[in-house]
Order: sequence, then C-alpha cells, then structure tokens
Amino acid sequence: MSAQELELIPIQSSSDVVVVRQRVRQRTTDLRFTLVDQTKLVTAASELARNALDHGKGGRMTMEILNGTSRVGLKLVFEDNGPGIPDIEQALKDGFTTGSGMGLGLGGSKRLVNEFAIESEVGKGTKVTVVRWK
Amino acid sequence: MTKVAEIIKRNEDQIRADWMKNMAKAVQRADLMSKQELDEQSRALLASIAEGTAVDESADLTGPAWYKAKSLLEQISASRARQGFSPTETCTFVLSLKEPLFNSFRRESSGNPDETFAHIWRTTLLIDRLALLTMEAFMRTREEVISRQQQELLELSTPVVKLWDGVLALPIIGTLDSARTQVVMENLLQAVVSTNSKFAIIDITGVPTVDTLVAQHLLKTITAARLMGADCILSGVRPQIAQTIVHLGINLADVITKAKLADAFALALQRSGRGVVRLASNSAEPVPSSPIPTSVKES
Amino acid sequence: MERIPILRMGPFLLITIQVDMHDKLAVQLQDDVTQRISEWGSTGVLIDISSLEIVDSFIGRMLANIAAMSRVLGAETVVVGMQPAVAITLVELGMSLPGVRTALNVEMGMELLYNQQSAVGLSDERARA
Repeated sequence: MSAQELELIPIQSSSDVVVVRQRVRQRTTDLRFTLVDQTKLVTAASELARNALDHGKGGRMTMEILNGTSRVGLKLVFEDNGPGIPDIEQALKDGFTTGSGMGLGLGGSKRLVNEFAIESEVGKGTKVTVVRWK
Repeated sequence: MTKVAEIIKRNEDQIRADWMKNMAKAVQRADLMSKQELDEQSRALLASIAEGTAVDESADLTGPAWYKAKSLLEQISASRARQGFSPTETCTFVLSLKEPLFNSFRRESSGNPDETFAHIWRTTLLIDRLALLTMEAFMRTREEVISRQQQELLELSTPVVKLWDGVLALPIIGTLDSARTQVVMENLLQAVVSTNSKFAIIDITGVPTVDTLVAQHLLKTITAARLMGADCILSGVRPQIAQTIVHLGINLADVITKAKLADAFALALQRSGRGVVRLASNSAEPVPSSPIPTSVKES
Repeated sequence: MERIPILRMGPFLLITIQVDMHDKLAVQLQDDVTQRISEWGSTGVLIDISSLEIVDSFIGRMLANIAAMSRVLGAETVVVGMQPAVAITLVELGMSLPGVRTALNVEMGMELLYNQQSAVGLSDERARA
C-alpha cells in the first residue's frame, strides 16, 4: 500500500467546514468516485468537521489517497483537542437527532463510509478516521 | 559476465527463425494476427530480453532493466486477450522461445558445460517468469472485458418506463443482488427527477426471491423517493415473497403495496386526480387503430 | 453581509438556496423568513434546494427549524428539488426531516400548498399550530 501526498486542512471556523466539503469533493471527483459515493463521503466529512468545530472546539482534517492492490480509496482523519467523548458507544447510537442539537452525527457518518474508527479521551481530544473505497 | 546477451545478439536471426518454426501453426493463429505483426512482436520481445540480460543477469524481474520487457509483454498479452487468443496460445508464444535460446547456447558453448548449464538455468527461470507475467496480464484484460460487459448488462436490464404523465414503472426481471439493486434504484430516482413523476411503481413480478439486503435496498429507495417528494408503490409481490418478507421481519407498514401492476397503475392515476372511463362505442363502428377504447379523464 | 433572497409569490414565499451555507447565513435566513411571514401574512414557504449537492445534518436541522417556526406563524413549508444522491445519503444518514413536506419542483410544491389549504381551511391550520 502506498500513500500519496497528505493534505491538511485546519478546522477553526464554519467557513473551514465549507473548505473541507470543497476539498473532499474535489478529491473524490479527481478519483472518479460515483456521484452517490461522492455525496456520501462529502456529507460524512461535513458532519465530522462540524463535530470537530462545535464539540471539539476546533481541530484539523488530513486527507490521504490510499492506493490498495486492486482499489483506490480516500482516507480522512479528523482530530481535535477538545473535551473528548465520555461514552463513545452512546454517541454512536444517538447517531443523529434533529432539533435537540446533541446528535453528533457520528453514527450517521459511520453508515456513509466503508471503514470507521474512533479514539477519544476525556480531557484530551478525539480522533475519527474514515475511509471510502471507490 | 553478460555472455547470454552477447549470444542472443549474435544469433538473433537464427533464434527468431527457430522460434517461429517451433510455434505450431495453431498457436500462430494466422486468422487473428498477420505474419507481419507476429514478426514485429517477436523482434521487439527478443530485443528487450537481450537488453534486459545485458544489464541484469539475474532472472529477477523487479529490477529496472526489465521494465521494457515487462511492459511490452503486458501490451502483447492484453491485445491478444482482446483479439481472442487463448491463454495457452499467448503463453506458448513466450515459452517456445526457450528451445531456440538453449540451442544457441549449445552452439556457442566454448566447451564449458558448467557455463552452458548456468546460461540455460538462468534463462529458463527468466522465460518462466515472463510467461507467468504474460498469464497475469492476460487474465486482467479478460476480467476488464467481463466487468465492462456486466456493467452494460446492468444498465440495459432494468429500464424505467413512463406509464403516463407523472407515473413511472420499473419492472424488475431476474434476481436482484446488492450491486444491481443500487444501480437500478439510482436510475429510478434520477428518472423521477427528470420526468417530474410523482409516482413510481416498482414491480417485482419477475423477481423470484428477495433477501434481507435486497428488501432493505428497496425500502431505502422508497424512503429516498418520498424524501424527494414522490411516492413509490410496490407491485407484483408474489405469495412466496410476501411470506419471506414477513419471516424476515421486514416492516412494510409505510409502503403501499399492490398484488398487480394494473392495480398499482389505477391507484397512481386516482391519486393524481385521474380516472379511466369507457367511451360510448357503437359495435358497428370500425375498431380504431388504438385497441383500447378508453380515455384518461383529467379531473 | 450576504443574505439568501426571499421572493414573494402571492400568498407564498420562495427561497432558493444556492450557496454553501454556513452558520451565520442559516441564522440570518431563519430570522428573515419569520420576519417576512409576519409582514406579508404568507401562508406557505417553498424552499428550493435543487442546487444543493450536499445536505448534512446542519442543513437538515435548519430546514426542520424553518418548517417548525413557519408553522407556528401559520405557514406550511415545502422543500422542493432534492437531488437523488442527496436523498439516498439522507436515508443512509438516518435523517427524516420531520415536519417537512417535500415536492419534486416549485410548481408541484405550490400545488401541494394550495391543495392543503383548500382542503383543510386556514383557521384549522392555525388552531393546530
């Protein structure tokens, strides 16, 4: 497996979330993902970037193209040094709620990608890694 | 000691002549490839092998000296796969180079059997590996052809039909696998948008079995259509499928289902404020070219 | 500051969302909509999202909020023009846009609003709110 250039995007404001969407969209277009797959990944990226901003008090995303033996993928890593998530299981279950604002969009994002991993420590921060294969 | 390369260079024409003679007529496939093309391919391949051994005596194909030979072989193999050569014919093209090469080593042996043996051994390793490479490239090309054909089949096999203004039908024939269902459903939603159809009838009369995954995809499609502002009606649900659905615990409470496509059509018309009426007709009148003497009345 | 324009179409409002929305813009829009409904006595709100290629939970909440607020003020909301890829993604995401009616385009959205109003009667709507 060989990796290509890493792209780093800071997430410090809501306009950064827009940049995240645009950059991920650009990459998936370059890699010729199907429209539906593009939409899913960009939406997941938007959710996770927003989480990093709203709950993580700001962070960053790194984007990496994965060249597997017989397939191509895009890997996104969202990191923040915020308060962390005390109960990850619960957060994943809550998935998503409209209106109450507590829905983290984590569970939902998980369904939009092929691979999903999350590490979080209270007081230290959170790191979410997602991969979408073509 | 790059004597192999020198031997090949000195005996190039002889080697090639023997090579062509060895290749059974059947393998040459004069029907698929002209003599001239075959000549060019063999000339190029032999030259690249000579160049390779000149730089790299080992039979390790991963080195840079072998890039040219490798890419040449991949091209040759891929084009033969597309032309219709069999895997054996394609590999035999490469393997039959062994005998002429070994003969030339014997001819040029300076009375040193160990040296000759070393040449033969290294060369046989080399040709074997090149033959394996050829086989791999051949398989890959065949797989690409198959996958492209599958794609085309997928697209052709489930057309979306317009039954009336604002009413689409999607008659599905055959088994549905996960991939097919996704493609089919995307096509349906796209058709809903481009024709502004508020109703889409998904008819599964021609689907022998439905498993959980397929049922989930169907449900997702119906939900997506509703989110967009269109309604889906599921029709042609056979008794066996109805049983399967219940056994699998799939909840179709929110889905309108009809046993027959005709019923689904009637419902869609009704919901869009239309009905079908019989026109008063005199039996002495000639039958009009359109066989169905009804009209769709808009209310 | 940039604002999403709100057009008046008889008894209804038409909002066309074409840009990538960020927080301030969303809040501004919600304010503007409620303002206009009060001012003009609008009974329906049409939100055209046919240009939106991405609808995430933030936008989803915004749409649901606009629908809820408008209903309190006596106006029904219809979201129109959702792209297929967006719909498929929302279903996967698990978002159902509660309280939001949808239609394929503006015309059909208006039809929906007219039908609803003539069927139910406006006073009933307000009483239900």
